[in-house]
Amino acid sequence: MDFSIECRNLTKAYGKKVALDNINLKFNRGRIIGLLGPNGSGKTTLIKLVCGLLTPTSGDVLINGKVPGPETKAVVSYLPDKTYLPEWMKVTELISFFKSFYKDFNEQKAMTLFEKLHIDVNDKLKTMSKGTKEKVQLILVMSRDADVYILDEPIAGVDPAARDLILNTIIANYNPNASVIISTHLIADVETVLEDIIFIKYGKIELQSTVDEIRDVNGKSVDTLFREVYRC
Amino acid sequence: MSWQIDDSRPVYIQLIDEIKMRIISGYYKLGDRLPSVRDLAEEAQVNPNTMQKALTELESCGMLNSQRTSGRFITDNKILIEEMRQMFALQYIKVFFESMEKLGYSQEEIKQKINNSKEG
Repeated sequence: MDFSIECRNLTKAYGKKVALDNINLKFNRGRIIGLLGPNGSGKTTLIKLVCGLLTPTSGDVLINGKVPGPETKAVVSYLPDKTYLPEWMKVTELISFFKSFYKDFNEQKAMTLFEKLHIDVNDKLKTMSKGTKEKVQLILVMSRDADVYILDEPIAGVDPAARDLILNTIIANYNPNASVIISTHLIADVETVLEDIIFIKYGKIELQSTVDEIRDVNGKSVDTLFREVYRC
Repeated sequence: MSWQIDDSRPVYIQLIDEIKMRIISGYYKLGDRLPSVRDLAEEAQVNPNTMQKALTELESCGMLNSQRTSGRFITDNKILIEEMRQMFALQYIKVFFESMEKLGYSQEEIKQKINNSKEG
């Protein structure tokens, strides 16, 4: 299979409100994919369906051909847009926490990254700045040898230098068998790192393309096109 | 040297141009080994597949040679590099004339301006 995730006629409604409307989509392996759309377009709903945190109203979402469950959660590495790690833990404790949860956790990789980003593994999470906390979370998530990485707003709260480090971490961890999905509205910052682009609007797929195709056809960046498609 | 990627053109084309410039200007030396795709992608902060695409294109036009086990090397074909240099020069001249014509200068006036600026 050259794709890791497949959505078939996927619909999710909260009561009468339809958040995702009959979506058909495949996420290829070996790709870094931008999931782009304004607030309330259905990005996080889609992510939560893939992670098995929500169940579809109708249709299917399949990871490696399977419906979300313990087996798929073992191969999906998810960075939520909020911190969920216990504040009192030291980084070393978080590492054992992840190791006991995920068989694919690569401790060596995590240690190398913590060192590279000058994070002291004996520090407690609660003593860290917001940006450093985000880096810790990202390292833990990227240190799994997963088939799917889903990063929800990974660069929202960090300074430009940290942003570069995060993007470099994503590039350095490129794996031809994995899909990396980055959800963000800071498109200009990540545009060159992405290969595929998915625009979501009102719960429907507005556009699926590649960064270079968009630039080639439109003569403008994805960021500029986004501003036009979603102009209020 | 930093990688400048603008908004208007496909990323891989800009990578191709930047690497050509680096070869012409001697930043990458003839016959030297090019850094790996991953290192270059990290340095330019671009998608590794996009960098791969640029390098493949540079191979097919002969600027790079790939050796199966030991990576990619800069061509040592000086004629090819000189041709590339001429192409860049023509392109810059074309852009220069276009901007000057937009300012309302005739071909003659432009040439005069160039001569004057050299003397000045």
